[in-house]
Order: sequence, then structure tokens, then C-alpha cells
Amino acid sequence: MANSPVTTSEDSSGLMAKAIKEGLFAGLLAFGMFLLYVGIETYQNIDNKLVWRTRWGLLAIFVIASALGRFLVVGFIKPHIDRRKLAKAKAGIPEISSEKGFFHTHFLKIALVALVLYPPLAIMLSGVQGSLKFVDNFGIQILIYVMLAWGLNVVVGLAGLLDLGYVAFYAVGAYSYALLSDQFGLSFWILLPLAGILAAFWGIILGFPVLRLRGDYLAIVTLAFGEIIRLVLMNWTEVTGGTAGISGIAKASVFGIYSFDVGAPNNFAKAFGLPMSSAYYKIFLFYVILGLCMLTAYVTMKLRRMPIGRAWEALREDEIACRSLGIDTVKTKLTAFAIGAMFGGFAGSFFAARQGFVSPESFVFLESAVILAVVVLGGMGSLTGIAVAAIVMVGGTELLREMEFLKHVFGDDFTPELYRMLIFGLAMVVVMLFKPRGFVGSREPTAFLKERKAVSGSFTKEGHG
Amino acid sequence: MSGEPLLKVSGVETYYGNIRALAGVDIDVKKGEIVSLIGANGAGKSTLMMTICGSPQARHGSVEFDGRDITRVPTHEIARLRIAQSPEGRRIFPRMTVYENLQMGAGLDNLKYFQEDVEKIFALFPRLRERQSQRGGTLSGGEQQMLSIGRALMARPKLLLLDEPSLGLAPLIVKQIFEAIKILNEKEGLTVFLVEQNAFAALKLSHRAYVMVNGRVTMSGSGKELLANPEVRAAYLEGGRH
Repeated sequence: MANSPVTTSEDSSGLMAKAIKEGLFAGLLAFGMFLLYVGIETYQNIDNKLVWRTRWGLLAIFVIASALGRFLVVGFIKPHIDRRKLAKAKAGIPEISSEKGFFHTHFLKIALVALVLYPPLAIMLSGVQGSLKFVDNFGIQILIYVMLAWGLNVVVGLAGLLDLGYVAFYAVGAYSYALLSDQFGLSFWILLPLAGILAAFWGIILGFPVLRLRGDYLAIVTLAFGEIIRLVLMNWTEVTGGTAGISGIAKASVFGIYSFDVGAPNNFAKAFGLPMSSAYYKIFLFYVILGLCMLTAYVTMKLRRMPIGRAWEALREDEIACRSLGIDTVKTKLTAFAIGAMFGGFAGSFFAARQGFVSPESFVFLESAVILAVVVLGGMGSLTGIAVAAIVMVGGTELLREMEFLKHVFGDDFTPELYRMLIFGLAMVVVMLFKPRGFVGSREPTAFLKERKAVSGSFTKEGHG
Repeated sequence: MSGEPLLKVSGVETYYGNIRALAGVDIDVKKGEIVSLIGANGAGKSTLMMTICGSPQARHGSVEFDGRDITRVPTHEIARLRIAQSPEGRRIFPRMTVYENLQMGAGLDNLKYFQEDVEKIFALFPRLRERQSQRGGTLSGGEQQMLSIGRALMARPKLLLLDEPSLGLAPLIVKQIFEAIKILNEKEGLTVFLVEQNAFAALKLSHRAYVMVNGRVTMSGSGKELLANPEVRAAYLEGGRH
């Protein structure tokens, strides 16, 4: 801590000067960066000609926001953080704290109860039809990403194999359900495990050729694999329907007892004498994906304590050491790929049942990137962190759609969704700056002699390789 | 300390691509011995160590362990024959705790003897007990070396391979570690094959030793003989690093 200066009142004027200088510089930089992107807009006029107009107001807001932001960070936030760090270091409080608050120790239970109560609460607050938005757009959408990210976490977070084509397994699961239910009329509950198995099979198929690859090379090959699957789905028109995709996919049923098809005699709403609404199906789906997520979490936590899970983590740390300890790295990698892919397959078949429609467009590289971003932001290997990251990233983008009030600030033709990726990127940069190991950077040990201690991530260097 | 060798390396030639790193090496290690291999940088010491473990595999010649030819056996299966290795650069698992690292070493028996063995390791290296819930990557170099050896010992090895245990460590720590190796050998009859640059310490510890130059064994003898040998003294003990 010797090299971090203590800010006293003497040099606070110097600090202000520095903050103003850096703020102005940031504003200048933002002006340069956004001049062409934001300041000038092209559009087609009535004659179908491309013309441009200026948006100085919007540009000014961007520039002022960056200048002000930098000024606040340099002038107030950073000194505050430094002071806190210094105070902490002086007080000698170790970063490992064995005492945890009530909320911390019972976090999982609280979260689970909140999730179970979420749909009834949504209905209570906004009525049956109004709950659709909350249950479907926020609830199900986020939980799908939680599940996908937890699945990818097995491959990337635990086994340390950077997989950029994870969406391929999601696609395999979705198309497995879509095609098999379409062709053979099998039910969701039979096809769900089958889709998982098929995806796991594809996971192994991908695993074999990439066994010798690591890091960057592995990432490129998995990226290619994801694209190959998507291109096959797009071009194998006779089977997959090409870019048009497959529509009219059968809905899931309550284990065959109640159906959600409107015309069916055992329709859920009819059976209980409720008014017809699509909300019941979504609420049912919410519990299904919640169950699937719980399954994923349970399996992951169990596996981590088993030899295979330990082998995954050791593999992430050091492959050569693993081999010299008698671990079959081939088997270990393949199981990681297979199990990760299996969860992707589950999520995929769920996605198909929810959407009722699949097309290659849902399985583009951007999806893989978002899932990977959620895993990295959450803190690789940490289930809680990943769930939080999914809520922030996916829920955040959904929330943008709701931000009608922004129109009053930026003008009526402002569509917040268009800035989704910009904000997404910004959020990632900010998180990586302040929490380079993700939201939950500490890793819970799987074995301990007397008491369990969370080990802070900030103490250690990254494992190489 | 006599009879059939536990490890027998005969005529081994190992290549990296087209470059020959080992040019026909013969070495044997008998049960209960500490045998060391000394030599300059790039002599092929670590390559020999890795060849015994099957990564890379020898192109010519053979490696026999306990009467079985293991030249073409994959690395992880060689480890299952109870050849444990503390590799060059220690290669502990940095993000796992000391305790978990030790657990990884006991994976062969599926942790059957874990409790019993972990106490032994803690008795041998008391520092590891203090550090048990700390991450491997936060340990000092000496502690990491102890952990690396401890992890290898958790596998209940018949043969322990140590690749430069003294690398980058303070003399006092080196002494501690070599002391521990000696205790293991004397009390438990553990067979140790040691690769070292620190020729003086290694020769003093070893029953027998080999000197390696450019992928060949040029000299061999008891530790004492080699310590007294003027050529060895000139090349590795005086003026060299130790």
C-alpha cells in the first residue's frame, strides 16, 4: 500500500484539477469517437435516397456524460475506494472472513423461495394477463440463460476449455425436440432427456478432434463448430426447413395429464374452470425451467465433489500435472464436453417448446458470446455469480425495452433497444475493471479439514494454460 | 538394496521433432535407493524424467518398471503403476487449496487412505498443515515445492521422481526438503530418482548418481565417488552454480 497516495486536504485541489483535466480529455475522446456514429445519422428519404442529418443534441449528451463520468470517477469515486482500501489495510482486516451474515448463509434458500413465489406474485400485482411480461420476458428468458451459462460453466469454468460454439448444442437440443415431436409425435417429457443425450453425443463428437487443442486454438475450432451446425441447419432445407425454420412445435404438457392446447379436452384452464389465457402455459414453463436449472445446479455441485469434478478443476489448472497424477485427460475432457452439451440440449428443447418455433437465426454466434460473457462476468466456476450475471445482463437488456421514459430525454425516435449492445459492452468493461474475476471471484473449496473458508480470488494469480 | 532394478532405462533415445535430446541412455534404479542425475542446462535431464513418464515417449530403447515394459504406456497409466512425479516447475494447482491439491494426489485409490496419508505429509512438512486451506498459488516457492512432493507422495508411490526440487529456493529450504527426502528413504524405504542442478546437495544425499552431458550418461558411481571425482568437481561443483 506504500505507493497509493493518501489524499489529504492539501492535495485535494490538485486532485480536482486532475479530475477536471481528465474529464475534459474524456469528453474530447468521446467527441472524436461518437462524432460519426452518433453525431451523424443516415436514413432513406422518400425517393429512396440515402441522406444524412446531424444529431448534435444527442452527441452533446454522449460527450457530457463521458466527461462528467470521468470527472466523478477521478475526483470522487477513486479517492473514496483508495481510502477504503487503505483503511482496510490499516485495520488489518483480512479479505477472508469466516463470519457471514444471515442473508449470506441462507442466500440459496432465500433465492429459491423468491423464485417459486415469483409467478403468483406477478399475477397478484398485475393480473393474469399482465403477469405474462414478467414471467415470460423476465423470468423464463433469464432462467434459460442461467441454465445455458451453468451448462457452459462446466466446460469453461470448471474444465477450463474455452468453448465459443456452445450455442451449437443449444441448437441441437432445440432441433431434436422440434423434429422428433413433429415427425413422431413424441411428448416433451420423452424428448427432453433424448435431446440432452443427443446434444451430449454431439459434445463428444466435437470433443474428439479438439482433444489436443488448448486456449486460443480450441476457441477457434469450437467457434467453427458452432457455425457449421448453424450452416447445416440453414442449408439442409429438406429436413430442417432452412432459414424458414420449423413452426407449430407441440407445447409441453403437465406430464400428459393436462394439455395447453386450446382445443384439447384436458386443457389446463378448462379443467380448473379458469378463463382462457396463455399465461398459464408460461407459468408452467417457468416452473419447468426453474426445475431444470435446479437440476443443473445440483448435478454441477455434486460433480464438483466427485473425482470427475476434481479432475475437471485440476485439468483447468495444469494438464501435465494431471497426467502425472494418473488422470486420464482424454476421458476428463470428453465428459466435460458431454455434460456441458447435455445441459445445453435440455435448454434447447425447452426453448423449442416455449417458442413453438425454431430457426437458425436463434443460434448465431452472438448467443454463444452472450452466454460466455455471462459465465465470465459471473466469475468462472461460481454458480451464484453466474446467476447474478445472467439477471444483470439478460434482465438488463429486457429492461431496456421498458425504458419508455428515455424517449422524453432523447427524443421520440429514440429506441433504447438499439443501444443494447453498446450498454452491454460498457457494462462488461466496467465489471471487468472493478471485478476482474467476475461478480463472485472466490472459489468455494470442495474439501476441507475443519471449517470451510471461502478463499478470496484477489490473492492468487490465474492458473496458466 | 540389491537384486533386480525397480526402474531400468536401456538405450533410450528421445526426439523432439528431428532433434535428438537423448542419445541412448542407460540408467537403473534399485529398490530403496536414492539415485540422482546431475548435469548442465540442456543436458537432457528433464527429458529423461519425462520419457520415464511417457511424455514424450522414447523412439528407441526401453523403459522397464518393476519388470514391466512401460515404454509405450500412456502417461496417466504409468502414474497408476505408482510412479509419482514432482515435475519441473512444481506444477501444483494454483487455484485449488493445499488440501485439495493433496486430495488430487490421492485420486488413484479414490481417497481410501487419504486421512492417514495426509497426516503423514503434514508431519513431514508442518508448513503445509498451517497453509492447508490456502490456495496453492499463494504459497511461497519452498512451500509449493513441499506441496508438489507431498502431492506426489499421496499416491503411495513405489518410485518417486523429483525434477529439480531445489530450483529457485533458498539454501535453508533446500536443506529442509532434502532432509525430508532422506527421512522418507530411510524410514519408509522409498525409492527416489532425483534430477538436480545443485550437484553438491544431490550427490551428498544419493547412494548413486549419474552425470549427463549432451543427452548421454558420461559418468556414474556412488555419490561419494563422484563428489571426489576431479572432473565432476571442476564441471559441477567448483565455479558452477550450487
